[in-house]
Amino acid sequence: MNFFQILEARGWYFFTTLLSGWPATLVVAMGALLFALIFGLLIALMRISRWRLLRWPATAYVEFFRGTPALVQLFVIYFGFPDIGHQPSPFQAAIIGLGLNGAAYLSEIYRAGIESIHRGQMEAALSLGMTPARAMQYIVLPQAVRTMLPPMTNFAIVLLKDTSIVFAVGVLEVMALARQLVTETLTSAPIYLMAGAMYLCVTIPMARLAARLERQRQAWQ
Amino acid sequence: MSKVGNSAANGQPLLKIEDLHKKFGELEVLCGIDLEVRRGEKVSIIGPSGSGKTTLLRCINYLEKPTAGHIYIEGKLIGEKKCGDNYVHLSDRELARERAEIGFVFQRFNLFPHLTALGNVTVAPQRVLGLSREEAENRGRGMLQKVGLGHKISEYPERLSGGQQQRVAIARVLAMQPKLMLFDEATSALDPELIGEVLRVMRQLADEGSTMVIVTHEIQFAGEVSDRVIFMDQGRIVEQGPPRAVLFNPRQPRTREFLKHIQER
Repeated sequence: MNFFQILEARGWYFFTTLLSGWPATLVVAMGALLFALIFGLLIALMRISRWRLLRWPATAYVEFFRGTPALVQLFVIYFGFPDIGHQPSPFQAAIIGLGLNGAAYLSEIYRAGIESIHRGQMEAALSLGMTPARAMQYIVLPQAVRTMLPPMTNFAIVLLKDTSIVFAVGVLEVMALARQLVTETLTSAPIYLMAGAMYLCVTIPMARLAARLERQRQAWQ
Repeated sequence: MSKVGNSAANGQPLLKIEDLHKKFGELEVLCGIDLEVRRGEKVSIIGPSGSGKTTLLRCINYLEKPTAGHIYIEGKLIGEKKCGDNYVHLSDRELARERAEIGFVFQRFNLFPHLTALGNVTVAPQRVLGLSREEAENRGRGMLQKVGLGHKISEYPERLSGGQQQRVAIARVLAMQPKLMLFDEATSALDPELIGEVLRVMRQLADEGSTMVIVTHEIQFAGEVSDRVIFMDQGRIVEQGPPRAVLFNPRQPRTREFLKHIQER
């Protein structure tokens, strides 16, 4: 059977099977994104802190997680944690692994956004009696968000695609099911192509959104 | 002179600066400043650029940490506290509380671009003083009206002229009801035709008895509103006294030279 005959005969089966992997893919992607958004902000604030004691560990963190493969990090968490007494579920390992990895990248996006805001803004807020934390919350971050949104959307796209490695710790997401189908049917190209097309269906609208956010001006600009 | 009487009754100046030094690396920008300002007094600081005027102002509300020396507002140390014989820096929270009592008007306005004029004026009363939104907005509207911008409350800074922006910045400071207001070359970034409207507001505040320290290049304005004019050069106070004396009859050659230079402009 050639490519198209296979698709005609088994296409619907491939499609529904792969589709059933999407909930897992989305749960991992969104869980990791949420984790990375919160933890990444913390790391970014540590990196711009006055105190060396906070800056150094944050810098080390970013270097470590950007400098080692995500798959290695995932394995360390999934296979290494039992050694310290806790066996994470595949989902936990996937979300924590990709979340920790993503936090390193997101912290740099946060940092660039915060540093793009003129120093005078922080000074004006401080001179009005705000603490540095308040000034960050009410004055700097709301302005920085605009600069940060497009790269953050791009990051979300990368993260969504990166979820395809978590099959390695046993999460039954799209790629895991694709591999199962390949083993089961001994065809590969149509299945992987279909999986790729499914990712595209999600990532293209996201890229569009990023582009729109980049163009869009806020009411105050 | 009831204002002077008040501060005499309290027995202490509103602002007192003792032997203030500030170094940036090797460069000593302030070389031992001593200064007292009474409640209600208007003090203008003039001098060539690089003379340390702005740094002095920034030290007063601790935007710059002094290298040595101490600053007191109503007898209370600013930015530090005494522990035994040592001075230690205040925590962020303590420092913020002190800064809330000192208004600072920046040369470049530094309005918050993501907030409307009213938002700019109400954010600190709400977040720092803990006023309710309604209280803060009432106060904010009043302050914007006072600076002649009651009709611009929902405009974003981007859509205001430089003079209007600076007036919003002054309203923002007024809404905190500070004990002392610092003006750092408040009109230097403005087009000439917009300077007047800002000076008018400042003059009005002066007439109402606010305590003001004004760094300015507007010599005529300084002469008209100030109780005292200070001439600074190379990090030192070279000469000070009533405006008439310092501006029209300076004793120091450097003051004379500076004023001559300004007049020739």
